[in-house]
Amino acid sequence: MIEFQHVHKTYRVAGRDIPALNPTSLSIENGQVFGLIGHSGAGKSTLLRLINRLENPTGGKIIVDGEDVTAFDANRLRRFRQQVGMIFQHFNLLASKTVADNVALPLTLAGELSRSEIDTRVAALLARVGLTEHAKKYPAQLSGGQKQRVGIARALSTHPKILLCDEATSALDPQTTASVLQLLAEINRELKLTIVLITHEMDVIRRVCDRVAVMDAGHIVEQGSVAEVFLHPQHPTTKRFVQEDEQVDEGEQRDDFAHVPGRIVRLTFQGEATYAPLLGTVARETGVDYSILAGRIDRIKDVPYGQLTLALIGGDMDAAFARFTAADVHMEVLR
Amino acid sequence: MDAVNFFANVDWAEIWLATGDTLIMLFGSLLFTVLLGLPLGVLLFLCGPRQMFEQKGVYALLSLVVNILRSLPFIILLIVMIPITVLITGTSLGVAGAIPPLVVGATPFFARLVETALREVDRGIIEATQSMGASTRQIITSALLPEARPGIFAAITVTAITLVSYTAMAGVVGAGGLGDLAIRFGYQRFQTDVMVVTVVLLLVLVQVLQSVGDKLVVHFSRK
Repeated sequence: MIEFQHVHKTYRVAGRDIPALNPTSLSIENGQVFGLIGHSGAGKSTLLRLINRLENPTGGKIIVDGEDVTAFDANRLRRFRQQVGMIFQHFNLLASKTVADNVALPLTLAGELSRSEIDTRVAALLARVGLTEHAKKYPAQLSGGQKQRVGIARALSTHPKILLCDEATSALDPQTTASVLQLLAEINRELKLTIVLITHEMDVIRRVCDRVAVMDAGHIVEQGSVAEVFLHPQHPTTKRFVQEDEQVDEGEQRDDFAHVPGRIVRLTFQGEATYAPLLGTVARETGVDYSILAGRIDRIKDVPYGQLTLALIGGDMDAAFARFTAADVHMEVLR
Repeated sequence: MDAVNFFANVDWAEIWLATGDTLIMLFGSLLFTVLLGLPLGVLLFLCGPRQMFEQKGVYALLSLVVNILRSLPFIILLIVMIPITVLITGTSLGVAGAIPPLVVGATPFFARLVETALREVDRGIIEATQSMGASTRQIITSALLPEARPGIFAAITVTAITLVSYTAMAGVVGAGGLGDLAIRFGYQRFQTDVMVVTVVLLLVLVQVLQSVGDKLVVHFSRK
């Protein structure tokens, strides 16, 4: 478990203290994929780097599996960092070393394994990320997605218990992003690795994360399970991220709603309820007619969900509301 | 005037001896320049602004020393260095007498180039290596120096070529070599043929150094 206890960080720039992270408490369970989302300058990058102390906190404690990371001396910190892998937006591979040597680097630095043990492990890691035939190439000869796979293999080489991802997919195209995220999800599942990732894309959070914290101006403004935060955002910043992901324009939507008569509700289905033929049944039983104004059906990690905005007209409206409320769906009355 | 007569004054044995002297001075001083300049360059880099061991005082002092040595004309350095040279090599004459001033003249120059080459390395590389739990020594030897290798080879090439022109000046303190020959015979005795031969040989030397250096830079760029 990673625990932040009243951790804060200020930078001193030109004689003035600039707060990067306001006092924050946070806990991340083992085995979770924890997402931090925020715009640039929100403090997410600082928060991530505090975990392996690439940044030192100005105050507060960071406890990882019962040990106070902030109290580690240089030697202990080095050993701790070997248990925390990290991948980067711009990959940060060594251009002077081959793919295999890049992956081997954390192991040669640790100096605990023999050359043949390192070779065996590197071969296994390259097979894991699907780059076996590229072992002898240099990073400059690889595509962005391949480079990030090398980054992942390198981060996993010391068998860490935590993986930190710093905007790991922000420099990649959508298709490559999807495959890298899938790889991260597999790793999390198979190795029971805790993953902390930062991103500015809600889509990344939706695809791989279990929990999410939304950051704005050095504060965590909202956190919870991804389904909860994604489907029922509370804070304006969170709402903006969700809308960006759904490509919904709030103003346009309001105009659209003004044209339709009747009541407007938003129904949210999750899991098995997504596939239940609820709308038709309710319409038949209560005589309420419906038209769909907006909607999407997708997955949050592995759980399917649907969110439909409906205009309801005529029939027994109260009975229809009662039926929706009783069913395994979440209903919000918008008008 | 036919070709044979044109080279009447050229004593080829003397030329080859001078070429040998130039090469010994060049590679001898280049060796010590790299041995001293590389650590100095690394130190300059580490103490520099916003680097791992930012030390404003140390950096300012090192910078000052480097700048003073670099702004001193080499011909002056040659003369100023005489007592120190005698202390180190026992003589201020010949090839042995030329190497200490050559090293002192080229080391600050080379160190600055090394510092620049290290600064060219992406900071993300340092951060990534730190995140693996590397010690500072490991960051330098396993990441910074290998990543800066093309830049360092370019720096060695430029330094070697600068040293070629310095060796010519070293003739002033009786160091021998091609430059010395050019001055004594070509200039002072008006023997144009000797001048032409030495200049051509120096030109060939510089060309060879540059192309070997360029090849190494390309090879280690891994593009």
